[in-house]
This record gives sequence, C-alpha cells and structure tokens, in this order.
Amino acid sequence: MSILINLFWVAVAVAVAMGAGWLFRAAAIALTKGATARMLRTAPVTAGFGMLVILIYVVVAIFAPLIAPFQEREVVGAQFMVWDSVHKLGTDNLGRDMLTRLIYAARNTVGIAFATTALAFVAGSVLGLLAATVGGWLDQVLSRIVDILMAIPALVFALLLLTIFGTSVLKMVLVIATIDATRVFRLARSVAQDIVVMDYIEAAKLRGEGLWRLITREILPNAMAPLVAEFGLRFCFVFLMISALSFLGLGVQPPTADWGSMVRENASLITFGDITPLLPAGAIALLTVAVNFVVDWMLHRASGLKE
Amino acid sequence: MFNSHNDGGLSRRGLLKGATALSASALILPAGMRSAAAAEPKKGGTLRIAITGGSTTDSLDPATWSELFVQVFAACRVNYLTEIAADGSLVGELAESWEASADAATWRFKIRSGVTFHSGKSLTPEDVVASINHHRGEDSKSAAKPIVEQITNIEIDGENVVFTLTAGNADFPFVMSDYHLAILPSADGKIDATSGDGTGGYIIDSWEAGVNAKVKRNPNYWKEGRAHFDAIELYSILDSAARQNALITGEVDVIDKVDTNTVGLLSRAPGIKILATTGTQHFVFPMDYRAAPFSDNNVRLALKYALDREEMVEKILGGYGAVGNDHPIGPGDQFFAADLEQHAYDPDKAKFHLKEAGMDSLNVQLSAADAAFAGAVDAAVLFSEKAAAAGINIEVVREPNDAYWDNVWMKKPFCASYWGGRPTPDWMFTTAYAAGVPWNESFWDNGRFNELLLSARSELDFAKRKDMYHEMQMICQKEGSTITPMFASYVMAHSDKVATPDVVATNWGLDGFRCVERWWFA
Amino acid sequence: MSVIWTMIAKRLGLGLLTLFIISLIIFGATELLPGDLAKSILGQSATPETVAAFRRELGLDLPAHTRYLNWLFGALQGDFGTSLANKRPISDLIATRLGNTLFLALYAAAISVPLSLTLGVLAALYRNSIFDRAVNALALTSISFPEFFVAYILIFVLAQSGLFPSMAQVDARTGFAEMLYRTFLPALTLTLVVTAHMMRMTRAAIINLLASPYIEMARLKGIKPMRVILRHALPNALAPIITVVALNLAYLITGVVVVEVVFVYPGLGQLMVDSVAKRDFPVVQAVALIFAAAYVLLNLTADVLSTLSNPRLVHRK
Repeated sequence: MSILINLFWVAVAVAVAMGAGWLFRAAAIALTKGATARMLRTAPVTAGFGMLVILIYVVVAIFAPLIAPFQEREVVGAQFMVWDSVHKLGTDNLGRDMLTRLIYAARNTVGIAFATTALAFVAGSVLGLLAATVGGWLDQVLSRIVDILMAIPALVFALLLLTIFGTSVLKMVLVIATIDATRVFRLARSVAQDIVVMDYIEAAKLRGEGLWRLITREILPNAMAPLVAEFGLRFCFVFLMISALSFLGLGVQPPTADWGSMVRENASLITFGDITPLLPAGAIALLTVAVNFVVDWMLHRASGLKE
Repeated sequence: MFNSHNDGGLSRRGLLKGATALSASALILPAGMRSAAAAEPKKGGTLRIAITGGSTTDSLDPATWSELFVQVFAACRVNYLTEIAADGSLVGELAESWEASADAATWRFKIRSGVTFHSGKSLTPEDVVASINHHRGEDSKSAAKPIVEQITNIEIDGENVVFTLTAGNADFPFVMSDYHLAILPSADGKIDATSGDGTGGYIIDSWEAGVNAKVKRNPNYWKEGRAHFDAIELYSILDSAARQNALITGEVDVIDKVDTNTVGLLSRAPGIKILATTGTQHFVFPMDYRAAPFSDNNVRLALKYALDREEMVEKILGGYGAVGNDHPIGPGDQFFAADLEQHAYDPDKAKFHLKEAGMDSLNVQLSAADAAFAGAVDAAVLFSEKAAAAGINIEVVREPNDAYWDNVWMKKPFCASYWGGRPTPDWMFTTAYAAGVPWNESFWDNGRFNELLLSARSELDFAKRKDMYHEMQMICQKEGSTITPMFASYVMAHSDKVATPDVVATNWGLDGFRCVERWWFA
Repeated sequence: MSVIWTMIAKRLGLGLLTLFIISLIIFGATELLPGDLAKSILGQSATPETVAAFRRELGLDLPAHTRYLNWLFGALQGDFGTSLANKRPISDLIATRLGNTLFLALYAAAISVPLSLTLGVLAALYRNSIFDRAVNALALTSISFPEFFVAYILIFVLAQSGLFPSMAQVDARTGFAEMLYRTFLPALTLTLVVTAHMMRMTRAAIINLLASPYIEMARLKGIKPMRVILRHALPNALAPIITVVALNLAYLITGVVVVEVVFVYPGLGQLMVDSVAKRDFPVVQAVALIFAAAYVLLNLTADVLSTLSNPRLVHRK
C-alpha cells in the first residue's frame, strides 16, 4: 500500500513539474519576440521545466543573502533540530540552519561547477578538435600527454596536485578542470576524427579555408551534439568530484557551504532512514536532470530532426 | 586514564610499597579475574570486530604501531611487562612483580616463569631485554624511542631484569605497559620483529594488512580466566557509516569509534548497546608560544574565554565527553584539580583580556583537519563563530588530512591536535608540556612549571606531590599555551550478545585494546 | 588492415613510453609531497632521531635520482621490490588485490555495458517519449548522487533487510557464485554510477545521425525504425560510444576506491591511497603502472575499434 501512495506522490510531483514547465514555456514565449519565441516554441515541456529550474537556481544563487533566513555560517540552535516553522528544514550537525546552507551552497557550488566545466570544455574541445584536424605529430603529442594524465586515477591525481600546490577555490577549479579537460579532449578528438575524413571537409580544405575557420565553421557544428551531451554530465561530475575531495579533507574551505560536502557530512544519517542527506543530493540531482533536459532539446535541434 | 580513586594503588608511595613488599596482591592479579567473579565469563564463539585505522602498510613490527587496528591485533597476540587493569591500577603481566631502589632510578622486574610463546619457546629474561632494546639505541626507528630513552642500562640478574634510569622515575612500571613495548621471542639478543609470535591469548591464523586479521585461541595461554573466544576476526573498516552498517546487519559484533553525529540513532537500533568511557583522551588547540600574538598571555586567555566548551562537547562529541579546563589532566585522575575555576565561554572576559593586551580586535588563522581528530574542522568552525562575539576573528583553514602531522602540526602557529593521554600526570606533562621536549606542541616554556615537574617526579610524599600537580594544572590553565576544550570519550558499540565486565578500562578504546581477552559472549 | 597493425604496434611502443613517463611523474610527485614514509608511519610520534634512523634503514637518505634509477633497474628486470612500510614483496601485495579489482570491474561492466547500450538505443528510438524522459531522469538522478551515498542507500534498502551482505568480504577460498553474491552491492553501485554516462552518449550519438540523408533515405524506403537504428545509425555512431565505454571501463578499474572503502572490498584503490598516504613509493609506482597500463590498453582498444568502425579512417589517405 505504501508503495502505491509513494507512486501517487511521485506522479503528482511529475505532473506539477510538467505543469510548471509548460506554464514557464508559455510565459517565456509570450514575453519574447521573433526568433527567440520561435525557438522556444520547439521546446518540449521537459525543456521548459529544465529552464525553469535553472532559472530558479540562478536567482537563488544571485540573491542568496536576501532569500536565506539566516547567515551562511551562523549557528542558530542545537544540532539536528527537527523541521519546524523557524527552521524549515531543521539544522545540521553544528546547529546551522539547513535551508540557509542549501541556499548559499547553490551560489558556491553552481558557480564553481560552471566555471570548472566551462574551462574544461574550452580547453578540451579546442585541443581535441585541433588534434583531430591537424593530425600527425601534434595529434600524437597531445594524445600521449592526455593519455599520461588520464592514466593516473583522477582522485589520486587531484590529491597529489592539491597537496603539492595547496587548496584554494581557484586551484581546485583549475585542477578539476585539467582532469575533466582530458576526458573532453578524448571525446572531441574521436568525434572530430570521423568528421575530418568527410568529403565536405576535404572540399573545405581544397577551398583553402584556414585552420581556425575549418574548426569553428565546419567541424565544431557537426561535433556539437556529443559535446553538448557530455557537457550536461561533466557539469554534474564536478559536484561529485568536490564531494570526493571533501572525503580526503581537500574540499571547499569551511564555513563555506557546498552541496557535495553537505552530502558527505550528513550521508551516514541515511543508514537510519533519515532523509536529511537527500536534500543536498536532491539539489544536485534536480539541477543535473534540468540541465540535461535542456541539453536533450538542444541535441534534438542540433540533429536537425523535424519530428 | 584513571577513574580509580584508589590512592594506594596509584600513588608513587603505593607503587614503591607494593612492589618492594611483593604483598599487594591486587597489584599483581589481573583485574579481569576480580570482575570475573561477578559476571561469570563463558568460553566460546567467534568475535568479529570492525576497527578503524587499518592500513595496507601495517606491519607486525611493534616499533611502527600507531593505529587502533594494529594495537588491538597486538593485544590478541602479545603481552607486556605490566598491564593497566580495567580499574586503572597497574598490575603485572609478564613481570610477576617489581621493586625500585630508594631513589626510584633502578627498577628490578621479576619475569614470570612457565610462560611459552606460540612457537613453543619458553619466555626468558633475554627475550625481555631484546624486546626493549628493539626500541632503544642509535638505529631505533621506534615510536617508543622517546619513552625508553631514560633507560641507560638493562641487565639480567637470574629471573630478574634490572633497568637503570638516568634519573628517578616513580612511574616507570607504567611506562612498561606502553603498547609498543611488546615482549617477543629473541635469538642471539635480537628479536624477529615481524614474526608475529608472542605469548598472548590468541595465535595468528591469517592476516592481510588493511583488510582483516584472524586469530584463534592459544590453548596454552598462561593467564587464567582470560581469552574467552574460540577465535577473533578483526576487520579494518575505515568508513564510520560502513562500521555502523556492519553492526546493524549483524556482520560484526563490536565496532569502535562510533560516529558521534549518529550515535543517538544507533543507540535506538534493536540489539545494539553503546559503550562509552571517558579517560585521558583530549582534543587541543595548541598556540605557538614563541610567536606573536600568542606570546602575550592576555591573548591566550582571551582565546581561552572565547570558545563555548559545553557546545563543543554537545555538538562535536555528541555529548560523549567532558569539558576541558586548559590542562591535560582528566576529571577522572586522582591528581585532577577539581577546585580550579572552570574556564567557560565569556566574551566579556575575552574582550577584557584583549584590551589588556592593547588590542581592540584580533585576527588569527586556525588550521585544522579531521586527521587531527574527528570533527576538528567543525570544532574550529564553532570556535570561530563564538569568538566573533568577543571581537576575535578566527579564520578556519582546512588543511589536507594527508601529512597533517608533518605539515601543519607544530609548523602552523595555531592548529588542532589531540592526545590519547598518558596514564600519569608526570608522563603527560613530560611528553607535551616540559620545555624543549620534541612533542611540546605549543613550544611553551614556563620556569615555575618546569621546576615543579622535576621536583614532583622525585617527591615521595603523596600529599605534597598532589599539591605540586595542582599548582601545575593551575599554571597550565592560567598561563599555558594550549587550549584544551574537551576530553573525548571512547565511544564503541556492540551487539547485546557480547558481554562486558562491570568495569571497562578507560585508558584506550575497546577496553584498553583488551576487549579481546576481557570480553565474552553472553 | 595494415593501417591497423601499424597503428597497434606504434601505440604499444608509445604505451611503453607513456608508462615510463608516468613512473617519472609519480616519482616526482611523491618527492614533491611534503613528508616521507618515516614521518607518516610515525605520525604524531615522529622525532628527528627516529625519522633519521628510519630513513637510513630504508635508503631514503640517498639522492632522489639514485633511488629512482635503483627502482627502474629492478622494475625492468620484473622486480618491483618490496613495500617500504612492511617489507612484503610487492607482487604478493598486488596479486590478490588486482584479481579482486578486475573481478569487480568485469562484474559491473557485464551488467552496465549491455544495460546502457540497450537503454540508449531504446531511448533514441522512442526519443522524447515518456519512456525516454523517465529513463533519462532516473539515470541522471543516480549519477547525481556521490558513489558512497548510492552505496549507503543500497545498503539501507538491500543489506539492512538481510538480502545481501553490507561487507564484500572475499578471499582466495571464496567460490565463484559466492563471490557474485557478496560483491553484488558494490557491482550494483558501480553500475548505477557508470550507466548514465554510457547510456546518454549512446542516445546522443544515434540521434545526431538520424537526420543524415542516408538515414532519411532508409526511412523513406520503409525500413522499420528499430532496424534503421541498429543497422544504419548505430554502426556510424560507434566511435564516441566506444570512447565513453572505454573511459568508464577504465574508471571501473582505477577509480573505485570509495566503493572499496564503503564495502570493505580489498582492491587496488585502497592500496594506492594507503601507499600515497604513507609515501610507500615502490607500491605507489607499481599500482600506478598497473592503472596506467589498463588505461593505455583500453584506450588503444577503443581507438582501434573506432577506426575499424569507420572505413574512411582505415583507408585514410
């Protein structure tokens, strides 16, 4: 019986989410004009939902100090207080307001994850496309360097680098971006390799198009789909990496809140069926699903399918 | 480490008398035998314990032991000259008795006869000499080297081993109970440190470093009424949630270091009992005495008044502990200065001392990592939150766990650290508070304190000695360079099928590592 | 085909070079790490004299290049030396753990690769349907959770009820069926962790091709959608899929330390982390090289298969 009730609530949640997505899309179409509105019309309800969630996250991140009921680091009560009208989601192990921490964490975590993923993609895909297009020794050198970097397990690699160079947010972003960039490089290169041998690339080469133009105009648009798909996931992996680093005592500096560390700090509660750790984990999951719903829509548009 | 209020059993006078007269049977009989009468231990069963601190780099060499897994594994296999009983008194183990010269600088231990190693070899005084020498000398790479450095000479005299010390030390028999100083079989004056042989209650069956160790009962164990299990399996489980899960699912019977965040929830699980003992383990924030601003005692006092100890015990220790009073002597110790004013959170006093130091506000960095103690980073964050009200801005720096003791401890001017504690005030003070010793983590140097330390060590009168330790605790509290916010209990959990004696040792976790031979299946 | 063989030969040679460079990097990094074995073993108990004695005995006081060359010559003769921390031969330390690691990786791969390819193809076939959205949302949710958290949830659901053990305790005497049973939860955890990535990539790569003229042509000819995807789209979408599958397989071998810790499974990951923490350089080197070799071989296989999947690459001018 309880399973049925749970299923019912899941169905209600999905229905509400889709309704919100539909409304959001309708509102967005009404508020925009011309090409943007036409583009939005192609968005499925799921993409509307995804955009709505992303928008909410961005608003929460930007206006965190205005929204949050307490200060990020403020100790407001005893540890693990239950949910009540003052502390909507209770308190954490040090007696800080859980809702406040979640809201501030949006700012820190999303910011770090976005910066890291963007950096990894710019570096990884540019080099990957370059390697595939130019080929020869450049390809060999870059590929072997990437092989070497990738052959060292990511967590151990991060541990080595961060222990040697010290931990700050900037260094953490750089280290994780480096690790992620190697993965993006592999993918970009293997996708581009298939494209490079296509006839239209040969034709473009014969036309005497420059390397930069060849990559940005001819290869990149056709390699976009797998790269965009990868982006949606890499974005999520950054949260997990931060969480894993906090496992080694290397994460974000306290008392700054971030979801990865919050999952880590509260994870053992799940052993007793307490759902507190599901809150930060759920925040990550919701964002991941939202980003990837939008990615799916872009993928669909990029593929040129009309249905 | 001592909850005992038995002055005679612990004082130097008592020790000397008991040892010289060879009459204090309570000192010689293992404590387990006394409590055994009350609860009737039964033999049998395989005890499975989940322990933290195991590593794939673990070794059987006693010189390298430092973490709980190898310590409990050792308690299965080996014996020591002396043993700290569950009630905190010192009893003989492989030493049947001991006596000191009048100046306490020469100690004569009578070695028990009729004890055999697992290999069948009989225990001889030569084995004792070789085992202790393993930690001494130029080439010693033992963690116990500093505590055996006071030994200038070891001689065999019939059944006795005679230790000559650089100076009188009434607590020397306590030193011989240190977990590194295991007695192993020797050949040609040297022990084979990694053979795994010993005189203990259990024999190695299998061992894979960092994974598990299995031992079975030694049928020829010399100790009566000990080692009740047929076999013991030790599992190295580093993750605290995994340890809890293993206990809840019944895959192990005992776990150590229960996560204090969830201990309340665990205690409600059916068939599980929480066992907590408060002894000498304490958590500290040492400040570098030599460096500004900590060289100013007013700054140190301001910081001591700027943290909420009660809150830390509640939130960091889950209530399993006691507040500290900025000195390392635990409330259970017979020398504990109970009448000292308890330092408590008082932002006004902190501000006052800050003003005395000529400052309106103070900015310091506090380095912490959970390698220092579980919850160290959180404790630092709480400290920082409360200190803000006193105009003290503490920036918490989370350091990597990796190489914390190497990189941060005694390198950064203000950091987190811990002490498992030492069985006697002299040992504790000498280890971490005496001027110039290698582990004086705050680089503190107080003339009066150092003077008292020396005279207390050679003071025969118990009352006078107690007065001296009282004054030393006060100096530590008022002028010391170490903030001691809390004494942490050892928190363990076990299934209700496991029976424990009425008195459980508080010197280390898991009944002073001795759960393997003191506990039984109900 | 000769292109392939030259490529394999070349890459194997380069692979050896890669391993050599990695050994240098690992050595350099462990040198740069603060602290050394003596200090990390003694921990808080380290004093300058004991550390010095430790270093003397283990030869840590020799200059760095001497130690590296000593190690290299040993390794070239197949002798990886002994652990500095407990003097056991490294081959002994590694043998069973390598077996365990490979077992768990293969177990998880045997579930996750077919599962994710099937789901990916189905999601591409029924793209934008409720099925597609639901599968995606579930897969994405499962990878949004850190591994240890997925493990805790599985333990809460499947181990506390007594269905599966929460500790994956195995040794040489454990039978095959018993192994499968005891390591089911770690394998399931890993499956949940890697499936989404491979599934999403399969879906994306196929959809990317569906608008191509030749697919349009096939569809206009009235070929069934399933057949279009399996016979026409999938073969041409293989390159990125293979790359991602290889990445995830390598991850299953080299990156599972957290799962090992939670399930108390004796694999190489824990050995690596312990050895880095203790600065046990020869063990770090040996494990790092095994990981590196796994990576190099998997990547090589991926590249060979990608090349084979595209005739244009095989006959590249």
